[in-house]
Amino acid sequence: MLKIDELRVSYGGIEAVKGITMEVPEGKIVTLIGANGAGKSTTLRTIAGLVKPAHGRIHLQAEDITALNPDRIVSKGITLVPEGRRVFPDLTVLENLKVGAYLRNDSIEDDLKWVYELFPRLKERSWQPAGTLSGGEQQMLAVGRALMSRPKIMMMDEPSLGLAPIVVQGIFDIIREINRQGVTILLIEQNANMALKIADLAYVMETGKITRSGTGQELLNDESIKEAYLGKKRK
Amino acid sequence: MKKQNNLKTLLVTLVTIAVFAVLSVGAEAVAGNVDGMSMLVPVLKKTAVYSLIAVSMNLLNGFTGLFSLGHAGFMLVGAYTYAILSIPVAKRAGVYQYYDGGVVQFSIPETFGNLMGESVGTVIGMLLTLVISGLIAAFLAWLIGLPVLRLKSDYLAIATLGFAEIIRTFIQYEGFAPLTNGSNTLRQYASFKSLYAYVIVAGLCIAVIVLIVNSTYGRAFKAIRDDEIAAEAMGINLAKHKMMSFIISSFFAGFGGGLMAMYMASVQAKSFTVSMTYEILLIVVIGGIGSITGSIIGTFLFVGCSEWWLRFLDESANNIGGLKLLAPGFRMVVFSIFVMIIVLFFRRGIMGTHELPDVFRFLRKKIKGKGAAK
Repeated sequence: MLKIDELRVSYGGIEAVKGITMEVPEGKIVTLIGANGAGKSTTLRTIAGLVKPAHGRIHLQAEDITALNPDRIVSKGITLVPEGRRVFPDLTVLENLKVGAYLRNDSIEDDLKWVYELFPRLKERSWQPAGTLSGGEQQMLAVGRALMSRPKIMMMDEPSLGLAPIVVQGIFDIIREINRQGVTILLIEQNANMALKIADLAYVMETGKITRSGTGQELLNDESIKEAYLGKKRK
Repeated sequence: MKKQNNLKTLLVTLVTIAVFAVLSVGAEAVAGNVDGMSMLVPVLKKTAVYSLIAVSMNLLNGFTGLFSLGHAGFMLVGAYTYAILSIPVAKRAGVYQYYDGGVVQFSIPETFGNLMGESVGTVIGMLLTLVISGLIAAFLAWLIGLPVLRLKSDYLAIATLGFAEIIRTFIQYEGFAPLTNGSNTLRQYASFKSLYAYVIVAGLCIAVIVLIVNSTYGRAFKAIRDDEIAAEAMGINLAKHKMMSFIISSFFAGFGGGLMAMYMASVQAKSFTVSMTYEILLIVVIGGIGSITGSIIGTFLFVGCSEWWLRFLDESANNIGGLKLLAPGFRMVVFSIFVMIIVLFFRRGIMGTHELPDVFRFLRKKIKGKGAAK
């Protein structure tokens, strides 16, 4: 569904992404794992159109979406849940969700219902400013807000960042549920263990390059991956 | 549901305007008959005009988060456009005495007055001229917005500040004098006489801004203010929306500038300095950045204090017991202390980001809650 060819991205003279090629098949959960500074976030931001690539192509189905403006990309059905949640703190929960549906002209009532079903907590708090929510609730809101644009692909940048393990588990359950309802997911995570467990397809990124790929289960059982990302010591 | 809400807001706003218009007729009667109230009408007129300008600045600085300091420039453009286009032809020779009556030889309110009858036509002409004043300010905003809106926070402030100064210098430039009367005053143009006219016109403009703030565009503006990157990721086109907010804000600044020209009865470019922008910024900050009712309350307090209630502090005759404290200018000292107190105790201005109806709703809930507890 989403195809990335030889993508290179530079930030102020430093090449953060050095020619990666990857694919996100429709209806799957794909994860991109790697250490800090590997270029994962830059990759997502480039797909979302927030950063322009120096080289390479990005295709959605048959269409070239490289270097389109972010609003065009959102309207094509790719939404980013940004790192660190980034909800709008002074807007209410409901307003946050409505901003997520900003580019849509049709009725959003059904989707609002859908998001509230996924996250009943958000319904309870719909009149509260988003800045008063807890970290976990803000992450739910960030996901809900992204869903309001009715994405085909939802890209998530470190949804587990700064959240308690039990909350993280809840978020991952929801990600699975959303995927089951037909949304393709591209997830980047430092919590490799969690991400690989739910992923159909996984890529490992190191200093701007993809070094490994395989199904989530394959990588989960791979000795070198275990050692580098899953915290297992060499015997 | 949403439509109903908007309708309700509109209705409440219109009723409020009507109430204020009736009150202003009352205020005029009071001012005419009660001693010591002679300042009431001028203060309220200035409040009406400044409210509109403060709210327009709040739209940009408070709701969109673009810190611009070019407001005096847009007001100047509006004021001059209004004045130039509405001086009656017969009086032009006197106003433009050094420039053979100037180059503009028509007056829009006068033309409409001849066309549609003295009273109705003149008012329509005046309103039309105000709209033109706004449009010209908006056009200039579009022009300088193209390069300037790429800048962030402080840099945007400096660039817009520079723009306002440039405009002022341009208008005073001798070469344009047949149009702008150079550094001389423009006067004798048509203006509203009664307080209620100011209240209604400014009120309707504020109502339009309220509707914009409550619309999807307003929500996008607030999203940009809260988090630009997230807003962009949600598909909000930053450049387009910032430009839109800048243009709308400048339109009403120009419109308000036209009203201000009416209120002041004569305009001169040199009075539209940076300190005028600061006055309005002060009002917006005191009232609450991101609160429309806050801006209006802030305007009333600011204008009242600076023009009326604190005047007695300037009279050296009012000194008690041989003190030499009270002297011309002392009221500004007291006023500044008030401002500091407000900023210290209300960190986010008097209203914060709340509106007056929110506060009423909150109080009503609280009272209800107490009743239930009993």
